[in-house]
Amino acid sequence: MPWESVIGLEVHAQLKTKTKIFCGCPTDFGMEPNEQICPVCIGMPGVLPVLNREAVELAIRTGLALNCEIAADCRFDRKNYFYADLPKGYQISQFELPICKEGHLDITGKTVRIQRAHLEEDAGKLVHAGADGLHGSEYSLADYNRSSMPLLEIVSQPDIETPEQAREYLTNLRNILRYVETCDGNLEEGSFRCDANVSIRPKGETKLGTRTEIKNMNSFKAVQRAIQSEIERQIALVESGGTVVQETRLWDDNTGKTFTMRSKEDAHDYRYFPEPDLMPLQIDREWVERVRQTLPELPNARRERYMSQFGLTAESATILSETREMAEFFEATLKAGAESAVAEAAKYLVGPITAYLNDKKLDPSQIALTPDHFAKLIVAEKSGTIGSTTSKQLLPELLEKGGDPAVIIKERNLAQISDPAVIKGWIQDVFARSESQLQDYKNGKVKLRQYFVGELMKLAKGKANTQVMNQLLDEMLPTPQ
Amino acid sequence: MAIDYKASTINDLTQLYRSGEATPSQVLEAYIKRIERDEARVGAFITTTFDEAREIAHRLDKRLADAPETIDWDKETLFGVPVALKDNMCTQGVKTTCASKILGDFRPPYDGTAPGRLRAHGAVFVGKTNLDEFAMGSSCENSAFMRTTNPHNADYVPGGSSGGSAASVAADFAVAALGSDTGGSIRQPASFCGVVGMKPTYGLVSRYGLVAFASSLDQIGPFTRTAYDAALVLAAMCGQKDPRDSTSLEDPFGKTFNKRGFAALDQGFVKAMQAKTGQEIYKGARVGVFKELMGQGNDPQVDKAVSASIERMRELGATITEVSLPNAKYALAVYYILATAEASANLARFDGVRYGLRDPKAKDLLNMYLETRHEGFGPEVKRRIMLGTYALSSGYYDAYYKKAQQVRRLIASDFERVFAECDFLVSPTSPIPPFKFDEKTGDPLTMYLADVATIPANLAGIPGISLPCGTTDNDLPIGLQMLGPQLSDAHLLQYAHGLQQSAD
Repeated sequence: MPWESVIGLEVHAQLKTKTKIFCGCPTDFGMEPNEQICPVCIGMPGVLPVLNREAVELAIRTGLALNCEIAADCRFDRKNYFYADLPKGYQISQFELPICKEGHLDITGKTVRIQRAHLEEDAGKLVHAGADGLHGSEYSLADYNRSSMPLLEIVSQPDIETPEQAREYLTNLRNILRYVETCDGNLEEGSFRCDANVSIRPKGETKLGTRTEIKNMNSFKAVQRAIQSEIERQIALVESGGTVVQETRLWDDNTGKTFTMRSKEDAHDYRYFPEPDLMPLQIDREWVERVRQTLPELPNARRERYMSQFGLTAESATILSETREMAEFFEATLKAGAESAVAEAAKYLVGPITAYLNDKKLDPSQIALTPDHFAKLIVAEKSGTIGSTTSKQLLPELLEKGGDPAVIIKERNLAQISDPAVIKGWIQDVFARSESQLQDYKNGKVKLRQYFVGELMKLAKGKANTQVMNQLLDEMLPTPQ
Repeated sequence: MAIDYKASTINDLTQLYRSGEATPSQVLEAYIKRIERDEARVGAFITTTFDEAREIAHRLDKRLADAPETIDWDKETLFGVPVALKDNMCTQGVKTTCASKILGDFRPPYDGTAPGRLRAHGAVFVGKTNLDEFAMGSSCENSAFMRTTNPHNADYVPGGSSGGSAASVAADFAVAALGSDTGGSIRQPASFCGVVGMKPTYGLVSRYGLVAFASSLDQIGPFTRTAYDAALVLAAMCGQKDPRDSTSLEDPFGKTFNKRGFAALDQGFVKAMQAKTGQEIYKGARVGVFKELMGQGNDPQVDKAVSASIERMRELGATITEVSLPNAKYALAVYYILATAEASANLARFDGVRYGLRDPKAKDLLNMYLETRHEGFGPEVKRRIMLGTYALSSGYYDAYYKKAQQVRRLIASDFERVFAECDFLVSPTSPIPPFKFDEKTGDPLTMYLADVATIPANLAGIPGISLPCGTTDNDLPIGLQMLGPQLSDAHLLQYAHGLQQSAD
């Protein structure tokens, strides 16, 4: 029987606030354990949460970028469960009335609906001695630096059909969050985390199958692999007469398999109820509009514009618009005087510069080459000041060390010679000392054109504008018999 | 023989200091001496803080002697006043136990807002008082550490949960004390101990540093001998928003919240109130008698004393009408769902991980939780955590928690309706006078009924005062409760003051 898979994703994005969501502790990463804590975020008796306005603003900003409706009235709830990394024994989250709802995000050929995005606080972190997890460890250490960091949990509808689509959804989502600068999207530092809900059903069936929730995926690739593996497991299970049970499963990147973490029977009853320590949150429309005014042009809109305005291919436009840093570098280059050299800018950015960035794991804002200098380089090539060989040779150095191409061209005397009078003189010189070759050429040995080019290059020390030179050479060569 | 300053009010002490007849240290020593003499019988304090108190009193002495011009008596209204704090309010470096084994050794690294504001007004803290564990109880019998007796008769309970604070004022261990009131925990022990106790409007006093029992109901308030002193203490704590408590009102007496235009409770109002007579205060006052809290189920001696107070109000010029709040009968049920639900979450943090008790023998995390909480919490606290957990459980939430929230709003609108017709309501604070130890510990429900008259005010967020209105045949105090609309705290205190004035 042919099967189809149904996938929904839950992403926890850490909002880039200066301080935690309910206290004044800073949100820096990489501090010594428990250096970034106060009575409030470690749940001392008698303390109370105070909502960070910046976290609300970043949630609104993200919600708008994901085409969500921003609730006029929302509130916080307590989600109750016990764990050693959760100081209060409950997490302050949003249950019934989330701040953002009903948005969507586009992936290739498809719109994925976003069910909701809600604000909540993060838990701390446990480090286990002598084992990977709590189970079997000799003791565990608790670090509450992360406790009460602001999170936005973004929940998609089960609109995703394949592991590849899941990966694309995550990539696009992360790009958007980075675009609007609400989350740095760093998977290693845990500022962007993803859980997946996966189920299968016979192709064409409209009812949803029983889903499992997959956790512990630490890269986009892991998400794709984990979902693939889970789909295969469910299909094999059902085809061999079994049934999928609702449960939470953990992905093991080493074995490439998921395994049971807890079954539905062990699932928590979170006993949500409205958080009495915080007032209901009212978000006035003016605030939402003010935030909307500050949103940058988003990747999809930019991509469309690059294609229509600059005539770029879909592929180039995608690469140039995908990240905000790339798009801004590209547009700053054009602004710096390269409007006439859009094609050259795109060619270098999509080709060698992207390769360099991938290799070094950098983004365009982190390299030595500035848009200004890049513009000078491609304009020099486009106008014929330097040859494409020269610019290709200069690029790696500019990426690595930077420098003004105009200065470098001048200092190293790299400008090519395009003056027809000079080049004509060289051609005449070569002809004068190559009488027999000229005769042979005339007699039909046209391959000898290459010989003249070689001689000219020697004479020009490689600096002749090849286009001008070729044109003049063709004009001056005798017509072969 | 040294002066013992017995039954002093805040005003008495201020006069003594200003006239140079006494110093804060002399007064403090008299109070310490009395505590040392009587504490074995009363048992008001879990911790005394005499060393710190002496240090502070000494500093006040010096200011009084060397730089009296730096003392602003209108602002430092509690200058040199011995004050006791309920032991569920965090005090930096000083043990804060909530009368629970689970916090037996807990020393907070920070000060609560309300104690901090009193200190800034010159108060001298003499100790932390006993309570029912985590403020859950009506007799102080749920304390994990000690028994507090009623200063009027040691066979009787002082009431609860703020029994230690009430007893400390009644026994003259302090001129004022702070308590917390979630369902009557200030007013009921005030009534039992024969002192004034007030629960302010919800949001008037910051809860930061108060170990939470039920966040939407908890409110800090004063115990004093007179309504006038209660006004002084409350005025020192309220008025400005505490940025650490989102539920504390910003500019409470401004236009946003104070729609009915009640007077702000500030030192100016308090000062003016002192000069007013009972007749001036009660002329034209509209008093509502809370029908559902009178008569049936009440001890006749209680009703008699309360009726006498109502009669006195009439003599002073008030008009008296009986008013009905039909939904009030649900208050107890609503309270024991909402308060326990919030408590079940508020008390989850006592898990043995970061502070307080931890069972050292537990082999794994689950056992650590189970053993720590089994060992650390007393039976009443466990009972309420279980009740609250049940009320919030999946499948029961709508029937219990949600329904209770709806009824809570009905009760609040009952109050709104009657306050359109009267300025304040009167009732007994407790349907019964103080009872003996162990009389009610066998049956939690009977104990819960002790709060039947006080709970509605917490559900509606309105202010309530208990003030002494007589005694029983065996000389045990009876309390009169006065309830006003939200933010009428200043007026309510003034009515209480007027009544006390006319009785003197």
